[in-house]
Amino acid sequence: MSTTPQAPSTPPSTDTTSLPAEGGFIGSGQEGGVLDQARAYVQRVRSGEMGALPAIGGLVVLVLLFTLLSEVLLGQQYFLTERNFANLLTQAASLVMLAMALVFVILLGEIDLSAGVTSGVALSAFVVLTKPDGVNMNWIPALIIALLTGLLIGTFIGFFVARVGIPSFVVTLGLFIGLQGVTLILLGAGGVFRIQIPEILAIQNSNLPVWGGWVMLAVILLVSFGMSMWDRTLRTRAGVPNRTIALVWLKLGVIAAVGGFVVGVLSVNRSSSIKVIEGVPIVVPIVLLILWVGTFVLDRTKFGRYIYAIGGNAEAARRSGVKVITIRWAAFIVCSVLAVVSGVFSASKVGSVNAGFGVDIVLSGVAAAVVGGVSLFGGRGRLMHAAIGALVIAVIANGLGLLNLPAGVNYIVTGGVLVLAATVDAVSRVRAGGSLFRT
Amino acid sequence: MDEPLIELSGILKSFGPVNVLKGVNLKAYSGKVTALVGDNGAGKSTLIKGLAGVQPYDGGTVRFEGREVHLHTPREASHLGIEVVYQDLALCDNLDIVQNMFLGREESAGVIFDEGRMEREASETLRSLSVRTVKSVRQKVSSLSGGQRQTVAIARSVLKKAKLVILDEPTAALGVAQTEQVLNLVRRLADQGVAVIIISHNLQDVFKVADYINVLYLGTMVASIATADTTSDDVVGYITGSKTYDGASA
Repeated sequence: MSTTPQAPSTPPSTDTTSLPAEGGFIGSGQEGGVLDQARAYVQRVRSGEMGALPAIGGLVVLVLLFTLLSEVLLGQQYFLTERNFANLLTQAASLVMLAMALVFVILLGEIDLSAGVTSGVALSAFVVLTKPDGVNMNWIPALIIALLTGLLIGTFIGFFVARVGIPSFVVTLGLFIGLQGVTLILLGAGGVFRIQIPEILAIQNSNLPVWGGWVMLAVILLVSFGMSMWDRTLRTRAGVPNRTIALVWLKLGVIAAVGGFVVGVLSVNRSSSIKVIEGVPIVVPIVLLILWVGTFVLDRTKFGRYIYAIGGNAEAARRSGVKVITIRWAAFIVCSVLAVVSGVFSASKVGSVNAGFGVDIVLSGVAAAVVGGVSLFGGRGRLMHAAIGALVIAVIANGLGLLNLPAGVNYIVTGGVLVLAATVDAVSRVRAGGSLFRT
Repeated sequence: MDEPLIELSGILKSFGPVNVLKGVNLKAYSGKVTALVGDNGAGKSTLIKGLAGVQPYDGGTVRFEGREVHLHTPREASHLGIEVVYQDLALCDNLDIVQNMFLGREESAGVIFDEGRMEREASETLRSLSVRTVKSVRQKVSSLSGGQRQTVAIARSVLKKAKLVILDEPTAALGVAQTEQVLNLVRRLADQGVAVIIISHNLQDVFKVADYINVLYLGTMVASIATADTTSDDVVGYITGSKTYDGASA
């Protein structure tokens, strides 16, 4: 692998046949104005690369539906309120995090059914270690140990899947069962441990000061702008065309509008008592930071690129010199560690850890990723898609809960949405695949 | 005769009790197209996989530019300048053309990719091969036709100044016009000074593009001959084993 700059192979100057012929222009998809780019985007969507579009559409429809149903069935607006909005974000945080964790293995075409119970084991270790009338460890080393527990379990899964070659479904199903036992032994039968660490509880139950929310938005805009400009500088230096600058402003405009709306709503006092509750929940910037770092890794580093390559065609990746075993292994470790983070959010929200911790959430996490447009076949999907998919599932649970409908309805609707999303995915694959056989 | 770029001698390979390669010799020269023909099961693919480092040989020697080398991983082969374009096109459908061409050898600026540089080098390589059929280098490979995919796979192989490019059945799945395009591409590759080994079942293609023809029959190289010195009938005879070749080795 050479890192020295090399001139690309050029033909001998006498060889006129290999000079670019007229009409031999090879584009980069960056040319043209906003309209050309919009047209190209529509073209991509129509050829099956829909990304999170169906999930975003679903999110809008669900919000409208629940707003309407709340008015009609309850005679009062419970859904579309500042308080419920903040509540929704904290309810969704754990699922968003777990769905993002799972993306790393789903992109490989693998699955981790034990992601939820992994967080259960890690959080059990955490509560046992920090118990005031027990070990009474400081929360920071205890949290590090919890994360290392995730790393250890991820290493274990990765060994069996990537090195030994056992299907991840089987390995993680085994762990799904086995790790529940570990949790049970750690906590003791019937044990419920309250989280008593103020810093952990604060993640989901405290808010940034109002100005903190606006600073967060400003940082997001600045980072986004900086990265766009950095990309453009590199492209200019390489002598390849850039997309029209208008698209950068458009992107920043959308972030400013959506972010401004969210921060604005969360900055209103949403308390029904004298105590003021306002500001962005602390969990939001944490999730956004992890989303940003994860997306950066997936889009711009070898580790991320190779995950996509292996998910697309593992044999091609291997023949290209990609260390397939190492990448697969590492992806399972990343998944397990991020799953523990999801567990921390969940424990912070619920306020306790019991033996069933993390058992139910994992399939919702897979569902969230699929609803968001991450393909279970591997190779297609982004962290943002999984996050949006998780929001869809969280909105269903939240909205139906407010309507006082029986709990069964929640499951039925969530299942229906999952199948619908999978159908959209399959249909888009057929459309995209249709062009495979065109010659 | 020039020094061959690569020279295989006495190559052995077996899978369990099955001896697939029984002491094969092969030479390929820079700037020349060397064809490797033989019936199904003759051992062509096994021979190629060994050169690519995907499936190392059990015995025999490989000399590259006069030095003896050992090919145990794709990385080692790639490091020497050996690139293989497989029959079942080793491309990732979900990545675009640039990403595929640079897979496993991405250009970075610091820790992150230098996408601009990769895009320029990919475009220039395609242009140097007179590729006209590709609209944008940022197209996903899943949206390309068979001929376009073959083109991308070949362009990928020459991106990093390969010295030896091995093409496994490059025209097997293509129509007439696309076959013509790919064969022209093969010729241009050789004209740029690359040693090309081409595996094909189609003798018409072989006679059109190859300088030398090597015939593999049941794991043994039964003929190595200059294209100009032989005929299609003779080669068919060697492939089926109904004729034996006893001329001087090419």
